[in-house]
Amino acid sequence: MTEFLTHYIEPDWIAHFLVAAVHCGLILGLVVMAAAAFTWAERKVAGRIQDRLGPTRVGGRFGWLQSPADGLKLLAKEDLVPAEADGPLFRLAPYVSFCTSFAVFVALPLSNDWVAQRLDASVFFLLAVAGLEVFGVILGGYASGSKWSLFGAMREAAQVVSYEVPLGLCVVIPVMVAGTMNLVTIGNMQSGWFVNWMIFHDPFMFITFWVYCACAMASVNRAPFDLAEAESELVAGFLTEYSGFRWSIFFMAEYASMLAVCLLASILFLGGWNGPVPITSWLGLTHDVHPVAGFVGDLLGFANILAKGVLGVIVMMWARWTLPRLRIDQVLTMCLKYCIPLAAAMFLGAMGWTYVIRGGLSDMDEPTPVVQSGQSVSLANHQEGGR
Amino acid sequence: MEAINWHSCFFLLFAILSCGFAVAVAVSDNIVRMAVYLIASLAAVSGLFFLAGADFVGAMQLMIYVGGTLVLLAFGVMLTARGPLVKIATGGGQWVLGAMLGGGLLVILLQAAFSVEAWQRPEVTPEVAQGEDLATAAPLGMGMMGIRVDQLDETDTVKRGGMSGYLLPFEIVSVHLLVALIGAAYLARARRPAHLVQSGDGGKGDRRPEGGDR
Repeated sequence: MTEFLTHYIEPDWIAHFLVAAVHCGLILGLVVMAAAAFTWAERKVAGRIQDRLGPTRVGGRFGWLQSPADGLKLLAKEDLVPAEADGPLFRLAPYVSFCTSFAVFVALPLSNDWVAQRLDASVFFLLAVAGLEVFGVILGGYASGSKWSLFGAMREAAQVVSYEVPLGLCVVIPVMVAGTMNLVTIGNMQSGWFVNWMIFHDPFMFITFWVYCACAMASVNRAPFDLAEAESELVAGFLTEYSGFRWSIFFMAEYASMLAVCLLASILFLGGWNGPVPITSWLGLTHDVHPVAGFVGDLLGFANILAKGVLGVIVMMWARWTLPRLRIDQVLTMCLKYCIPLAAAMFLGAMGWTYVIRGGLSDMDEPTPVVQSGQSVSLANHQEGGR
Repeated sequence: MEAINWHSCFFLLFAILSCGFAVAVAVSDNIVRMAVYLIASLAAVSGLFFLAGADFVGAMQLMIYVGGTLVLLAFGVMLTARGPLVKIATGGGQWVLGAMLGGGLLVILLQAAFSVEAWQRPEVTPEVAQGEDLATAAPLGMGMMGIRVDQLDETDTVKRGGMSGYLLPFEIVSVHLLVALIGAAYLARARRPAHLVQSGDGGKGDRRPEGGDR
């Protein structure tokens, strides 16, 4: 796109700036719209699970204007900073949270080649940046100058740091099987029927997916792991002193990171933009046929991955309104005694499986990382050299 | 209009951010602010890595230093920062000592950086200039196992034998760290049985002079 624009726009830097602005705008639009839609969906899902209707009146049917109405209410609220608070840090904290969960989407492919920045180690980048979201919570909790906030932030820090270990292990397993950390490549390797999805690659991967789900729920701090804002003990945890716009930024960050872990799960395990049925290749919607057809195919892929991500978020909501909140010792027990050993065992199992049966249950495409062709040659050379 | 060198602009931006926050860590006397400035400084360093096309190293910097070490640091600061412990004033003597050490290191590093001819003007390869995707992670992993992707056509058997990889040293170091972690956890958490506490103190008292004699 940069090369395209530099042909038409005279100073190069305007073209570069426009490209960056378009990418940022698209991601921001996705994140903010997702937050608005999930706020509404959360109320509806909670209502249905608790045998009530949820919002019905704002905006006519289904209460679909509930989120804009909430947003207006939050914007109109007074921006309070408690007297005990550390002012600059208190004001900064929500933006730290939001910026990190926004930065996750920079390297997250949303369809074949629809990614703002192609990184060779995008899985690793995602995990690294997603782990930074906790800083906003820690800062907010400390800077509020309230004991509830401080306890909430401490719980959050302990929980997120400990759950990053099993989460990382679960992510490593599909990366190992794929042989690359590039999410675009991992997604494209799972094209075709749903049997090509990573989750059906081998039985270990199937279990890994469910471990990932549990760890992802804990790492984005959702119920039943929402100890940081346990309202029955800590008023509202790290959010106690926040109100109005800053509170809503924290909320947007939470929904954005929920969507991000769900999208990551769908790329790593559920085929990403490749549907259960290979409709796009049947209809000939690929870039080889025609650029416009390829674009339509990518658009379908985007709808596909978004559907999977939204489904994941709805499952998270379902869990939130179904399961009671865990105690802190139960949270840590689950991490240390179940998730980590299970993920490590699955790692060993998947490693053995790929060693013995290379293809897995389906005839998945062989991994084709950049050095694949040179690798076998160099291995042979190396062994000769060793002798 | 002459093309702007964006690499230089962003390099300056990240470098100024990193150095500025690093100075702020030293100047500030509030321990929580110090932790926040340190986070910003290290994050700007990872920005420099991304700018250099080393996205794997940049992500590593974010994950280990910013996301791992500093989360623990901030956690510890939050637990202990109470009343008198929040302020840490740096004395005059410490300033002088720190300035001498830091200045000396700066002089050595600058001298080293400017003495190498090739480093004064970085070579702009077409890949770097066009900002293409550089495959950084896979060659790193291959190099770890002793396969140098950049020197595949090396035919000299002696040189080939030298490319043995770093997997074994890496494993040894990581097992070492694991042992240290478990040992630290044991020392911090272990509750000694009552009979060991009474005789254990005596035992230690007996051993100390013995060690001193040696």
